[in-house]
Amino acid sequence: MVESPSVNMPSTTPLAPASPLTALAAVSRAVASARLVALGPAARLVFRGREAAIGPAGEAFGVALPREACRFNAAGGRFAFWLGPDEWLLLAPGAEPAPLFAAIEAATTGLPHSLVDVSARSTGIEVAGEKAAFVLNQGNPLDLSLGAFPVGMCTRTIFHKAEIVLVRHAPDVFHIDVWRSFAPYVWELLEDARRELA
Amino acid sequence: MTNRFRTASGGRIDRAAPLSFRFDGQTFSGFKGDTLASALIANGVHLIGRSFKYHRPRGFLSAGSDEPNALVNVARDAARAAPNLRATQVELHEGLKAQSQNRWPSLSFDAGAVNDLASPFLPSGFYYKTFMWPAGAWKRFYEPKIRAMAGLGVAPELPDPDRYTQNHAHCDVLVVGAGPAGLAAALAAAESGARVILCDEQAELGGSLLSEVSATIEGRPAAEWLAATLASLAARDNVTLMPRTTAFGYFPHNLIALAERVTDHLATPGADLPRERLWQVRATEVVIAAGALERPLVFPENDRPGVLLADSARTYANRYGAKVGERAVIFTACDAGYRAALDLKAAGVSIAAIADLRTEVSGELPARALAAGIDVRPSTVLVGTKGRLRVSSAQLAKVKNGAVGPAETIACDSVLISGGFTPSVHLFSQSRGKLIWDGAAGAYLPGTSVERERSAGACRGVHGLQRVLEDGYAQGEAAALASRDHASPARGATPAPATPSRAIPASAEDLGSAGFIGATPHGRNPALAKAFVDWQNDVTSKDILLATREGMRSIEHVKRYTTTGMATDQGKTSNMNTLGIVSEALDTPVPKIGLTTFRPPFTPTTFGLFAGAARGDVFDPLRKTAIHDWAAEHGAAFEDVGNWKRAHYFPRAGAGGRMEDMHAAVARECKAVRASVGMFDASTLGKIEIVGPDAAEFMNRMYTNAWAKLEPGRLRYGVMLREDGFVMDDGVVGRMAADRFHVTTTTGGAPRVLAHMEDYLQTEWPDLDVWLTSTTEQWSVIAVQGPKAREVIAPLIEGIDLSKEAFPHMCVREGTILGVPTRLFSVSFTGELGFEINVPSAYGRAVWEAVYAAGERFGITPYGTETMHVLRAEKGYIIVGQETDGTATPDDANLGWAVGKAKKDFVGKRSLARDAMSAPDRRQLVGLKTTDPKIVLEEGAQIVTDPAAPVPVPMLGFVTSSYHSAVLGRSIALAMVKGGRARIGQKLMVPMPTHAIEVEVVEPVFYDPKGERLNG
Amino acid sequence: MLIITCPWCGARPEVEFRYGGEAHIARPADPSALTDQEWADFLYNRTNPKGLHAERWRHIHGCGRYFNALRDTVSDFFVTTYKAGEARPDVDASSGGSK
Repeated sequence: MVESPSVNMPSTTPLAPASPLTALAAVSRAVASARLVALGPAARLVFRGREAAIGPAGEAFGVALPREACRFNAAGGRFAFWLGPDEWLLLAPGAEPAPLFAAIEAATTGLPHSLVDVSARSTGIEVAGEKAAFVLNQGNPLDLSLGAFPVGMCTRTIFHKAEIVLVRHAPDVFHIDVWRSFAPYVWELLEDARRELA
Repeated sequence: MTNRFRTASGGRIDRAAPLSFRFDGQTFSGFKGDTLASALIANGVHLIGRSFKYHRPRGFLSAGSDEPNALVNVARDAARAAPNLRATQVELHEGLKAQSQNRWPSLSFDAGAVNDLASPFLPSGFYYKTFMWPAGAWKRFYEPKIRAMAGLGVAPELPDPDRYTQNHAHCDVLVVGAGPAGLAAALAAAESGARVILCDEQAELGGSLLSEVSATIEGRPAAEWLAATLASLAARDNVTLMPRTTAFGYFPHNLIALAERVTDHLATPGADLPRERLWQVRATEVVIAAGALERPLVFPENDRPGVLLADSARTYANRYGAKVGERAVIFTACDAGYRAALDLKAAGVSIAAIADLRTEVSGELPARALAAGIDVRPSTVLVGTKGRLRVSSAQLAKVKNGAVGPAETIACDSVLISGGFTPSVHLFSQSRGKLIWDGAAGAYLPGTSVERERSAGACRGVHGLQRVLEDGYAQGEAAALASRDHASPARGATPAPATPSRAIPASAEDLGSAGFIGATPHGRNPALAKAFVDWQNDVTSKDILLATREGMRSIEHVKRYTTTGMATDQGKTSNMNTLGIVSEALDTPVPKIGLTTFRPPFTPTTFGLFAGAARGDVFDPLRKTAIHDWAAEHGAAFEDVGNWKRAHYFPRAGAGGRMEDMHAAVARECKAVRASVGMFDASTLGKIEIVGPDAAEFMNRMYTNAWAKLEPGRLRYGVMLREDGFVMDDGVVGRMAADRFHVTTTTGGAPRVLAHMEDYLQTEWPDLDVWLTSTTEQWSVIAVQGPKAREVIAPLIEGIDLSKEAFPHMCVREGTILGVPTRLFSVSFTGELGFEINVPSAYGRAVWEAVYAAGERFGITPYGTETMHVLRAEKGYIIVGQETDGTATPDDANLGWAVGKAKKDFVGKRSLARDAMSAPDRRQLVGLKTTDPKIVLEEGAQIVTDPAAPVPVPMLGFVTSSYHSAVLGRSIALAMVKGGRARIGQKLMVPMPTHAIEVEVVEPVFYDPKGERLNG
Repeated sequence: MLIITCPWCGARPEVEFRYGGEAHIARPADPSALTDQEWADFLYNRTNPKGLHAERWRHIHGCGRYFNALRDTVSDFFVTTYKAGEARPDVDASSGGSK
C-alpha cells in the first residue's frame, strides 16, 4: 500500500447513492389519474443458470423463481421477475445487494449458474391510476387490457425507443424498471403522455 | 353578410348558436354544426380557390373528404397554420380564420390565370417536353418558377407549437366508418361481447344517415334511430366511439392507423390537449364500412364554381340547411340526380331541368320528379357551362345515336352532377386485398382478402338502406365470432354473403348501381373544350386521350404521364372516369386496363402526427452518464457518441477572461495528463459480465486471444472478430475469478457485441455453462491517468495494495473507495500510468468529486474525448471504427500479437486462413508525419505516390486519425496504407483540392515507443 | 408492423424483435477442415427462396431468445415459429395462420 499523505483522508460520511430521476421527480406535477413515482434504491441481481440451480437460488432469495413465462413471484417485499427461460431479475427494494449476493452464491455453489449485481444498472418508476395504461400505451405497443396483461405479469418490452421491464402489480399499478441513462427519457415521455390529464 | 342561402328550418346545425368567422379577410356568420364549406355556401360563396395548373376559379365539388378543390389555409396564428385543409371537413368554430390558396393578388383576380390562356402549351407531359433546353436551366430557372406558380398551400415557417400524441390500442373488432353499415356492424359485434372500436372521419357519427330526411329505420325516422343507436353503443363498456378519426392506413397484420383530430374544431383549445392523436390499432378483425363516393360527370367546363356533385348538394341542404343556389340544372346518369332534385326543391331551390344521360328513364324517383313538375330530359348531356367566377348558365343538348344535337342554354347558378357511386375500396386495397371488376355494378369490388377483414355495405357494392344495414349487422356478427379465434388464418377468404341474425327493416329510396364511367359526348372542338377528370391536378379528358395517342397503354403510365389521380385526393373523384376514358380510347374493357394502387394515407396526414412526442430532447434517448451533470457544471462542451452525450473538452477562461477554443483546451489537457494527472469519464464503455464454469472456454471461442491461462486478478486487451475474419470490437477484459470475466467493449459496440455473443451461445454452443449479463450501466468508470495517478487515488482506496509490485499494469483488484465497492483496473489508454475506477453508477458522481478533490494538489485536470483521442493516437492505439472499417484484419491493424496462434478455433479464425487475408499489399496501419509539422491532415484524405499520375490516380490508402500533438509540438496522423509497413521511411503525398501535402510513413507510435511510462 | 409469435412469450409486435438471417445454418464443427469454397458457402451463400423461408429471429426486447420461424416471403405472413434447436416443421405455406 502506498503511504497516504495526511491530507485528503477518506471522508467518514458514507457516500449517498444518486437517482437519475431526482431533478425530474422534484418538479413533477400531481396527476391523480396517472401518478408517477421515482422509486428508491433497491438491490437488483440477475440470476441465470441451469435447472439444478434455479430452486436453491429462489430459496436463498426467499422468493421462488417463477417458471411460467412473463410472470413474477413476490414474497416478503421481494420480487422475482421472469425475464427469459433462463433469466430472472431479483429485486429487493431498499436492500443492500452484497448480503443477498453472498447468500444466493452460497446456496448455489457448484451448480452451473451466473449471478450478477446490477443494482445500479436501472431505476424504478411507478405509473399508477385509472389512466396508467393509457399513459403507457403512448409508448408501449402491448395490449394492456387485464385479459392480455394480467396482474402478476412482467416482461421486457419497449417504451418509445427505450427498453424497459414492465410489471403489473395491480389493475391500475404498473412498475417500470429502466436502465439508468434511459430513465430521464422515459420519465419525460411519461410526463408528456399524462399532460392532458387532470 | 347574412345567411341568404340558408333554408328556413331543418338540418343538424344549431341555429341557436351562431358563429362568426373570416374567409380571405371578410367576416361571415354560420352556425355550430357547420363546416367551413356549408357556412360559405349558406352565405352564397362558391369561389373558394384557384386550380393547381391553370389557376381556374374553383368552387366546392363535394361535401366530404373527397373534395378536390376547396383547399384552404386555416390559421390560429403564424405558427398554427395548416395549409391544404379541405373546407368540407373544417368544422366551424367562433373566430375561425381561413384563407384561399394558389392565387395572387386575390381570389377573384388572379394573375396566374394567364396559364389558362396558355393551356395549349401546357399539355400532359409538358415538363418532359418543354423544359429540356438549355441543359441545367431546369434546376436554375424552370423548376423554381414552376414551383412558385403551381402548387397548393404554403407551409408555415415557424416550428409547430402544437402537441401531437400517439397511442396504441387493441380491439377484437375495428369498424371503419359509422354510416348505416358501420353502425349496424358495431352494434352486432358489441352485442356479441366483442371489444369494439368504431371510428369515422366526420365530426358526427352517422354517415349518409346524417343527410336523410325521409328514410325510416325500424319504424322510426333515420335521425331518431341514429341517436338511439349511438346512445346504446356509447353506454357499453366494450365500445369506443371515435368521431373526427380517419382510418388512413392499413398495415400488415391488421394494424390500422387512425388520425384523430382533437382540437381543430375548438375555438380555444386547452394548451395541454394534443392537436391530433395517432392511434395504432391492432384489431383481431376489421370491418370496413367506408361507403361509396359519388362520381362526377366529365363534360366541358364542368369545373366552374357552382358545379357540385348532386348528392353533396343534397347533404348541404338536408344536413346543413344550406342551399347551393337558387336555380339548379341537374346532369345525371343515375337516380341520385332525381333524389337531390326532389330534396333541393323541397328546400326551396328551383330545379331548371334534369338532363339524364340515360335514354330510358323509369322508376320511382324519376316518376316523383315528373310528378313534381320538374323538366326531365332523357338522352341529354351538358356540353358546356358559362359564367366568369360562378356558373351562370348550362348548355344542354340531346344525344341521338351517339350524335350530339344543337345546344340549348339554360340560365342557372348551380349545376348538380352525378355519374353514380364508386365503392370506396381504398382501405381494402391498402390491405393488399384483391379487387374484382363487377360488370353488373360497374365497379371494382373487394375480392379475395389477405388480412382478417371484411367489407360491409356500399363499399362492397351493396345498395338499398335495409340491405346495407343488414349486411353491416351480418358482417359485424361474423367479425365478432371470428375474433374469438386468435389463430385463424382468414387469409385468402372471399367476402361472404353473410345473413344477419335479425332483420333491420328500413325504407328509403334505392339508387341502385346505375351510373356512367368516362367522358360524356359533347360534339365540341376537342382541342378547345376542357372537360375535367381530375380537378385537383387539372387533368382533362383531352390530356388522357393525348397520353393514349402518345403510346401509353397501362393505366400506371397514363397516371404518371398526366398526373391524374396523383394529387392529394388520390383520385377519389377521378380514378374511375380516367379508366373509362382510356377504355374507350383503346377500345379495351375496363378490367383489362388495370387499376392504380391505393396507398396510405387515405386523406393527407400531418407530419406532426407521425412525429408525435418524438421531437426536441426526446426525439431519441439522450443518454447521460452519472458524471454528466458535474461535467456540465464545469463548463464541458459535449459531443454525441451514439445516443450518449460525452464531455468533448473542458474549456477554461484564459487570460483576459476569454474562453479557450477546443484546440487550446485539448493542448492544455494533453500536457496535464503527460506531466501530472488527468481524469476522464469512461462510463459509456460497454460492459458485459460473463459468468459460469465454461466462461474461459467461451472467451476463447469469441476472442482471438488465449484466455485459459489468464489468472484471476489480471487484465488483457481482447480482440473480437466477426466470422469473416475482420475486427468487430475490442476492449480490456478482467478476469475476476476462474468463472467470472468483466468484459469491456467500445461505447458504440456494446449492444452489438452482446447480441453477437448471445447468438453463438444460444444457437451454436447451448451446451456451454456460461451466461451473459450487460453491466454497462451498473458501473461508472473514472479513468485517472498520468504520472501522479497512483498518488491521487491512494488515500481514497481501502483493501487494495496499490504498490507497483502488488498491483502492476494490467491488473484488477476489488476493494472499496470511500466505502463504495470498486473494481479497480490498472490500465491505460494514454500511455501513462493509469487506473480505471469502476464503482456502482449510483455513486459515480460522488466518487468522481472525491477523486477530483484528492487530485487538486496535483492540479488534476478533467479531460474529454478529444484529449483521449489525441493521447491514444500519440501511442498508436487504434479505435475500432476509426482505424478499422469492417475490412481490417487484426494484422492490418497491428494487432497480430493479440491472435492466439495455437488456438484450434475461434470466431473468424478460418477466414484469417484465406490467402487474401495475409496478402502483403493489404492496407496496414502506419503513422504519417507531414514534412511541414504545422500541417494537420484531414481525416479521410487519400494517400498516393504521385498526385500528377494519370486519372484514375492509384489510391494507396487514407488518413484515419489526425491531430495536432501539443506534447510533441507537431502534427501526427494514423493511416491505413497498402503494404504500409514495408513503406516505412517512404515519402508519400496527400492530395488536396489545391495542392498536395508531403508526408513520411513512420511507425504508428509517436510517443514513448518503449512504453516505459506505463508503470509510472 | 408484423406480429411475431415468440415461442416463450407469445404474440408480440415486430419492434420487440431483431431479424437474424436464415435458420438451420450450423457453424461447422471444425472450420479448418473446410476448403475456402466450403467456408465461403457457409459464410455467405443463402437460399433466398420465394415462398417458405426458415429464418432466425431474436426476441431482443423480450425474453432475449433466438428462435426460428417459417415465413412466406410472398405474403409476408408467418406460418409457424419454433425454438432454436428444433427441426424445421414439415408444413406448407397454406397451413397455419398469422398467429
